Amino acid sequence: MLPYYLEIYVVILGVLMLCLELFSGSRSRSKIALLGVFGLCLILGVMIFAVPAPGEGVQYWGIYHYDQWAAFYKGLALLATLLVLVMAREFAPVFKKYTSRDEEASGLGEFYCLPVFVCAGLMWMSSSKDLVTIFVSLELVTMGFYVLVAFMRRNVGSLEAGVKYLILGALSTGFLVYGIAWTYGVSGTFSLEQLAVILSGDDIADRAAIFAFALLMVGIGFKIAVVPFQIWVPDVYQGAAMPVTAFLSVASKAAGFIVLLRVVEPFLSAPSLREPILHLIVFVVCATLIYGNLAAISQKNIKRLLAYSSIAHAGFLLMAIPAIGSVVTVRGPDPHSSIAFYLAGYLIMTLLCFLVLTIVRVGTEGEDLVALEGLGKRSPFLAFAMLVAVASLAGIPLTVGFFGKFFLFNIAIQNAMQSGLWIVVCVAVLGATTGFYYYFKIIKAMYWGGGASAEECAELKVGRLAIVSILVLLIAVFFLGIFPGALLDLSQ
Amino acid sequence: MTIIEFIIAIPLVIALAIGCGGSGRGLALFASWANLLLGSIVFCIVLVRGGGDMHFQSAHRLLNSPELTLGFAVDGMSAILVLLTVIVTFCAVRISPVIPGKGSGRLYYISLMLIAAGALGAFCATDLFFLYAFHELALIPTFLMIGIYGQGREKVATAWKITIYLGVGSLILLGGFIALYVQLSPVGGLTFDLAKLDPGAGEHPLSAEMQKWIFLPLLVGFGILVSLFPFHSWAAPAYACAPPPVAMLHAGVLKKFGLYGMLRVAMPLLPEGFEAWKELLLILLLGNIIYVGFVTISQRYLDRMLAHSSVMHMGYIFLGIACCNSIGWGGAVLMMFAHGISIALLFALCGALRERLDTLEFTRLGGMGGSMPFIAVTFGFAAFASIGLPGFANFASEITIFFAAFSGAGELGSLQVVTILALWGVVISAVYMLRAFRRIFQGECNGNLVLTDLEREARMPVILMIVILLITGLFPNLILKLVPDLLGTL
Repeated sequence: MLPYYLEIYVVILGVLMLCLELFSGSRSRSKIALLGVFGLCLILGVMIFAVPAPGEGVQYWGIYHYDQWAAFYKGLALLATLLVLVMAREFAPVFKKYTSRDEEASGLGEFYCLPVFVCAGLMWMSSSKDLVTIFVSLELVTMGFYVLVAFMRRNVGSLEAGVKYLILGALSTGFLVYGIAWTYGVSGTFSLEQLAVILSGDDIADRAAIFAFALLMVGIGFKIAVVPFQIWVPDVYQGAAMPVTAFLSVASKAAGFIVLLRVVEPFLSAPSLREPILHLIVFVVCATLIYGNLAAISQKNIKRLLAYSSIAHAGFLLMAIPAIGSVVTVRGPDPHSSIAFYLAGYLIMTLLCFLVLTIVRVGTEGEDLVALEGLGKRSPFLAFAMLVAVASLAGIPLTVGFFGKFFLFNIAIQNAMQSGLWIVVCVAVLGATTGFYYYFKIIKAMYWGGGASAEECAELKVGRLAIVSILVLLIAVFFLGIFPGALLDLSQ
Repeated sequence: MTIIEFIIAIPLVIALAIGCGGSGRGLALFASWANLLLGSIVFCIVLVRGGGDMHFQSAHRLLNSPELTLGFAVDGMSAILVLLTVIVTFCAVRISPVIPGKGSGRLYYISLMLIAAGALGAFCATDLFFLYAFHELALIPTFLMIGIYGQGREKVATAWKITIYLGVGSLILLGGFIALYVQLSPVGGLTFDLAKLDPGAGEHPLSAEMQKWIFLPLLVGFGILVSLFPFHSWAAPAYACAPPPVAMLHAGVLKKFGLYGMLRVAMPLLPEGFEAWKELLLILLLGNIIYVGFVTISQRYLDRMLAHSSVMHMGYIFLGIACCNSIGWGGAVLMMFAHGISIALLFALCGALRERLDTLEFTRLGGMGGSMPFIAVTFGFAAFASIGLPGFANFASEITIFFAAFSGAGELGSLQVVTILALWGVVISAVYMLRAFRRIFQGECNGNLVLTDLEREARMPVILMIVILLITGLFPNLILKLVPDLLGTL
């Protein structure tokens, strides 16, 4: 089997789901979601057999590269989409209210298909070795999100989010294209491999190259939500439907980091460019960590809180970037695999968090922290799942979140010992401490909040598929928190 | 699996079983019985084989770079603390109430089991990471318990305060640990293995200046966890609000983690770091003994008084550690054990009193001895133990620590001066403990309260704890000879 068949399978799956939508009745659309979930499971299974050995890779047409690293991110994309479909199926009652008339579910079919196409874009992107391919696949992802964010068309918040995301997204795309054009102008190539060779040469225009990088950084920064390109995040997260927010925070971030890792390496490896670009990145890291963590403290809406926390997580992830292309070898996992590990862990804990929130949202009006009050009594299982997810986000040991942060701190500290960039470490430590506060606010609401007594509240209905997903994610959080090697080996 | 792994696994498995729908109290009682048995066996075996070496070693490599091992072993110090943990856990579960309401009681017993498992894991881990991780595992259920099952109007605020306070303390500690592990790992690799971390092994042997700056976060982090003055303000409200079993487990066992960490990690690995901060530590521990001692005298409620007394006694243990000789450290470990049992006993009795009375304010109590003779007598024993009367382990440990401070001292140094001042702490404890006893149990009984004495179920743990205090008080060598000569590794 050729590796790029995977993307083709995903697209075929999406088309099949659209066809099924055509022929299914207007009452229920959950079959489409089920088809998607099982199709993606199947593709994930096929992919596991097609993972190349470490160090081996195949290349097609000079733009498509398939190695273990690419396979890792493809797996992440498939997994995230799968879980988002599970979530979307649970969320159907709320969706219906804002998309269709009365009891009909006719507006829901497309909703299940769009994440699948986004997934195809993500998978293609993790294999691209070429600026144009990267751009095209990134746009496929973003286009899908434009629709998804605004999907609840009878909800003003969702529409507002959609418009904001569309306008700012289009603007950032413009910057990205402009940056690619400048890069081409400087180097005369789109291929990232050649770019690395040319940038390391003597006769390049330094200023033009730095300008190109800055433009690229604007475009990518929008996707991964770093300061100062984070303005859209809280509003869009708040307005979008719960599953979309989850998908956005995981997939959009992963996409951005795939691109960033690909693009930043040639620039950081060039001796003449390294210094100014490092300044730029260090500024962005510190600003992101400070802004994300401090702004999260005062949030009362849980989606906004998670939005700011997602900004903060982007800051933590960026901590490892200065070590890329550095002459110093880092003891322990390298930056690439640390970031991959963190993204995988972030996926698991964020989706666990949102899965619980989705179920709570269906049974309760409102998305404020108040809505979580009394969850400990109302549904001990969901409360425990949320507790674990939040503890992992805060980086408590024995959860995957701890090792994610630990590997990044490990790199940042060793890098600081060589290059003296202690400011990054200090800001990150303060950030992690602050995180402890606002994540525990969620726990506080769940267990200590007054809330209605168990008898008064309607029982929360949880689908069987959702329970299985929550259990799997829970086990994954603990398993990877004790055996991080299992995942780390895959990402190297 | 070694016996140690069993001891740690049993509460974890039982917690899972309770979570899956088992009966909370029954399973927890079973686990605490099993652990009491296994813990005593471990203690006896280590007693026979000698406390200087590591016994029951097990290691599972989890990660190669950085080297991470899930490993457990016990030496004498760990065995003593394991024994302390299983005894206090047993008593805490035994006095725990049957929680009414479907399902909600489960969380209570799951939390107790997790606290026990976390404490046991932390005391036995041979790996810096798991030492830290197991302690966190025990802390989080503690926070939850205080917020959910605590008492008093301010329980949520108090739970929130202790969460943030100890959370920040743990993070400071983690910072110190990471610095320690990066600096002390042998050349060419990173390792969390405590046995391989060594000040001389790094790329450059650690300078005194570097040791000094790594020791500081460890001192502050451990200090916060142990309620070292001036980081003690979380302790009193937290213990006053906590449900009695949690107060017993936290004050009796979990707080000892910070002291254990000082003796296991900070002092042996960073001896010069300690020298740099020695004067500061001496002043702070004097704050614990004298300042907090006076604060304790002025308390008007029994629960707050006990909580403050627990903070105060931490000063003596720090004094033992600061002696920096093997007698002092032996005394410190004995005091950890003795204080753990005696404070657990006091909190258990305090919980029993709270159940029976509508207030614990001294001025509104009196004459309870007549209607509750068992509680009165056992409280008397506990109070004497806490003051440090001869015959109880607390006395043996305090006297060992005071001797250690003067051993080998040719002249009056700062340590000796501090010790002389600290001696007055014994008088202070006598004042508040005896006054409390008099105000509660003696004198006129106001009101016509019909009070029942301690129920049969709870008598056994109370007697058990008193017996253990007496045995270790009369034969302190049982504990002292187990304390390994940690200084030998310097």
